[in-house]
Amino acid sequence: MTETLIAHPGARLPEPGPLPNRLQLTDDGQLRHMLTIEGLNRELLTEILDTAESFANMNEKAVKKVPLLRGKTIVNLFFEASTRTRTTFELAAKRLSADVLNVNINTSSAVKGESLLDTLRNIEAMNVDMFVVRHEESGTAHFIARHVAPGISVLNAGDGRHAHPTQALLDMFTIRRHKGDFTKLKVAIVGDILHSRVARSQIHALNILQTGEVRVVAPCSLLPADVDQLGVHVYNDLDAGLQDVDVIIMLRLQRERMEHAHLPSEHEYYQLFGLTSRRLQLAHPTCLVMHPGPANRGVEIESAVADGPHSVILEQVTYGISVRMAVMSMVMGAHQA
Amino acid sequence: MTPDVPTLLDDMAEQARHHLKTHGIDQPIVVGIHSGGVWIAEHLRERLGVERPLGKLDISFYRDDFSRIGMHPQVRPSELPEDLDGEHVLLVDDVLFTGRTIRAALNELFDYGRPASVTLAVLVERDGRELPMEAAIVGAHMELGKTEQIKLRGPEPLRLERVAIDPEDLKA
Repeated sequence: MTETLIAHPGARLPEPGPLPNRLQLTDDGQLRHMLTIEGLNRELLTEILDTAESFANMNEKAVKKVPLLRGKTIVNLFFEASTRTRTTFELAAKRLSADVLNVNINTSSAVKGESLLDTLRNIEAMNVDMFVVRHEESGTAHFIARHVAPGISVLNAGDGRHAHPTQALLDMFTIRRHKGDFTKLKVAIVGDILHSRVARSQIHALNILQTGEVRVVAPCSLLPADVDQLGVHVYNDLDAGLQDVDVIIMLRLQRERMEHAHLPSEHEYYQLFGLTSRRLQLAHPTCLVMHPGPANRGVEIESAVADGPHSVILEQVTYGISVRMAVMSMVMGAHQA
Repeated sequence: MTPDVPTLLDDMAEQARHHLKTHGIDQPIVVGIHSGGVWIAEHLRERLGVERPLGKLDISFYRDDFSRIGMHPQVRPSELPEDLDGEHVLLVDDVLFTGRTIRAALNELFDYGRPASVTLAVLVERDGRELPMEAAIVGAHMELGKTEQIKLRGPEPLRLERVAIDPEDLKA
């Protein structure tokens, strides 16, 4: 083993490679790991959404479970706090009849200085089948995918500012359920684009699904330097950015990721970039309001909007389970080929 | 020469009417297994004059060969009444071969409740059973041996076709 890596804040991880698909797809193009949306094709994204659709109506069953992953063990390896993502991954695994192990790294050996690879090898030795990984460093899921034993799948549940593919997929699923065809839609992603792995994954997914127009709306200080290369229309004015849009995706202001003062105050941010009932009227009358959660009410979104008739925020949580079931069953199926 | 499907359907409907009558079943829930079974089930339901909507099962999530061949590329949502408790189910498939599909279908059905009874109806019953599954209503019986299989093509018109089994499939 030549690489050593200490799993603590500030540890350097290799950046995700330019060809993630060599890692996340099998030779015949099936999904083996889910690390990033970037580079996947429209057919595969559509297949994931279609598969999720068949899991979505499982809620009608008396027994909300299928035996697909019976006997498989899935490890939630979370180095960073999460409620929605971890619990919906856990529920998804359980509804597929898998066994779930939650490893909370704050209380594990990582605090004693055990390297990430050591942690990995130890859990691998328990004969597990899948890792669901969240980490504050970009590239962690890729790193783990490169080093796990063959036959183990890795799902990225959020790595630093880089990617959160299953969140983007559940957002696409929610949009498709309400709006159908992506090619006619105008979608605005509003807020802290700079720190948002969710936004990056959403932008890739929306473009792969050939969305009519993808807008990002943010102050210059919360836009990444490479925003021009993402295939989006940039707006610095919320009123202009919301004109006639069919979908508004609000992002959480990520104070914990801000190294310097990007903003004067939360109050001023709300004045300029908060989604209020008044501003919502600028969008298309049947516009959807989405938020990956947790929403800061009164900072990026007015409570009346978050709970209002346009909001599909809670549906997003529900669909997160079906989408994660789809991804889990597809990666487990791909190993068998 | 393969049998004519509409003729087989007429015969199946006759058997089904007799079966329902002798068992005192008035309104069964007709459930087809995707895809061929759904086509047959729809025709059978019409012929029997069953008013309740057709149930559809996609058994992909219940297959016993998932760990070997992975996810079926096109899984359609199963559509069944919310609760099967106490219902009489007429389960319909196109071809009864190894019996593994029916095993999976029964497991899925029971995740929707506890039916009072399940009766199996198939268009074609062939040799090659690997599980103890038996159909009460059978359109045709065929001996095909290990190198041939029978496929239902459809939905319009429905016709049966004999095809050679891919040697790759036999190894699996």
